[in-house]
Amino acid sequence: MERPRVIAKSGRAPSYEALCRDFSWAQARAWLDGLPGGRGLNIAHEAVTRHARSGLGRQIAIRWLGKRGERRELDYAALERASNRFANALAAAGVGPGERVFSLLGRIPELYVAALGTLKNRSVLAPLFSAFGPEPIAARLRIGDARLLVTTEAAYRKKIAPIAAGFPRLQVMLVGEDERLTSVPGTLDWARAMRAAADELEIGPTSPEDMALLHFTSGTTGKPKGAVHVHEAVVMHHATGRLALDLRPGDVFWCTADPGWVTGTSYGIVSPLTVGATLLVDEADFDAERWLRILEEERVDVWYTAPTAVRMMMRGGTELVRARRYPALRFISSVGEPLNPEAVFWGLDAFDLPIHDNWWQTETGGIMVANFAGMEIRPGSMGKVLPGVEAAIVRGGREGEPFELVREPGVEGELALRPGWPSMFRGYLGEEERYRKCFVEGWYLTGDLAKRDADGYLWFVGRADDVIKSAGHLIGPFEVESALIEHPAVAEAGVIGRPDPVAMEVVKAFVALKPGFEPSDALAQELVGHARKRLGAAIAPKEIAFLPGLPRTRSGKIMRRLLKARELGLPEGDTSTLEGGT
Amino acid sequence: MNASELEVAVKAALARVAPEADLDALGPEVPLRDELDLDSMDFLAFVAELHTRTGVAVPEADYGKLGTLAAAVAYLGARAR
Repeated sequence: MERPRVIAKSGRAPSYEALCRDFSWAQARAWLDGLPGGRGLNIAHEAVTRHARSGLGRQIAIRWLGKRGERRELDYAALERASNRFANALAAAGVGPGERVFSLLGRIPELYVAALGTLKNRSVLAPLFSAFGPEPIAARLRIGDARLLVTTEAAYRKKIAPIAAGFPRLQVMLVGEDERLTSVPGTLDWARAMRAAADELEIGPTSPEDMALLHFTSGTTGKPKGAVHVHEAVVMHHATGRLALDLRPGDVFWCTADPGWVTGTSYGIVSPLTVGATLLVDEADFDAERWLRILEEERVDVWYTAPTAVRMMMRGGTELVRARRYPALRFISSVGEPLNPEAVFWGLDAFDLPIHDNWWQTETGGIMVANFAGMEIRPGSMGKVLPGVEAAIVRGGREGEPFELVREPGVEGELALRPGWPSMFRGYLGEEERYRKCFVEGWYLTGDLAKRDADGYLWFVGRADDVIKSAGHLIGPFEVESALIEHPAVAEAGVIGRPDPVAMEVVKAFVALKPGFEPSDALAQELVGHARKRLGAAIAPKEIAFLPGLPRTRSGKIMRRLLKARELGLPEGDTSTLEGGT
Repeated sequence: MNASELEVAVKAALARVAPEADLDALGPEVPLRDELDLDSMDFLAFVAELHTRTGVAVPEADYGKLGTLAAAVAYLGARAR
């Protein structure tokens, strides 16, 4: 049977037109309380304190599922007290407002307490993905000028101890396994610090423009970038939770993203708590059977996941899904890379619900484009732009090229956004020039290529640069190449995203060897191991190929696009700037 | 394949995915994904390697039964020829 091109979504949700008609940023701000006495706006107050003080205290804020079957619940009152304690513990350690507090933790309860306590202390939260290796961690601690790091004793020994000498000012607080005390010389212990701190706190005056979050992202060249977000971002987190994820008070909400990435903070911590929902946290990594059991048994109402996870689940077939019942499940959404139409249809077959794809990035701080609940889904499209945000397809504008808006529907260009929403990033920390280059004639250039159809639906086409999109994460090729060339056998390295049916892209490295080294399977394995030790599994290449030399431009830049074109068997295009020509 | 042959096969499959790992030091009951830093894509590659080496195709629903070295050997032992 032929598939319908458009899926009509039923339900009580307002139409897109109604959302646009009724929405304003002033109204979104009015959905929040602000600090008492007009002392400003603080994310943690909106997420926890206001609920704890207004009769929601007994409602479950976080329901945590441990890897080994443990289960812990924190109601809003308990989360309020615990995060107060952490804020007081930070102050006792001499960490002040504006200073950066990093976390390198799995999805354990302490992570959520630390995140909210940091915001209450008006320090800046910089969460790192726990699967990063020592090199990406060191680069980010340095860029963020880290003041304090919260991590586990195991992660400390494996990843921090080897680099700690480079950070004399950094204080480290260790979370012991199974709530045991830690005793590493020169570090603080979580349990001791928490016990010594009071569980009461009045959040100090917080300007909506005060720095709150530092999220790292990757560019084509150079170091990772630290995107700065401010407390006003909470207006966006809250509004998009309601509008784009259909979140309602009392919902059980499961965002499967790790807080080490922006989705896992904006929607895996802040947004659902501001709405007064119950945040479900699973410590374990993806496992289809486990995830389905959680969806059923925990009665998840709204599920926000990633296309890679959906496609992994698809490999198991619909039978696995249909062996269970999900009466509570109302809305499924995904983000990270485009959701292919087959996955949308699979959602209908498996869950009797379509999967609503949406689009945003670290810099935007919140959902920008979405298939809203009350709107027809066009499978394969990322949806329509959020009410209150203006989007355009543009051409040029970089490095002096002429800039133009593309008005004709269906024509490809770069997706651009008109700044003005509350969670727009305020800069790349310490890199004014890189920040400035993102803007042309008042538009923010996203780096993603897209087209818009006649009805306003946006369709992702690809990246405008060499950044790799793998399993929902952006990976900068330069960071991977830098680690590879530290190996004694490697003369040069070029890294691309090889298309993959599950993860969209996987990291593939092309390597040229120094004289005296011969390509072999054993050497390829050694290089993978070398990269994994330094970078961690999330960034290290999954594949290595040897080349006699890498194609470079006359100015000496590795032509990753050419490597990719060759990998795909595509025409190599204009190679006139290539070194020596081919 | 007997249990010790299967253990060799599992370790060889792990070595393909995480070549840096010290598999001689790997305890039988240690969670593989945490210990060896395997992400979801690594785990898929591990399962594919197991298929090649043992002939056992592990369905998605059973991935959770390969959580440790001992569990993987037991699982494969019940199915490998």
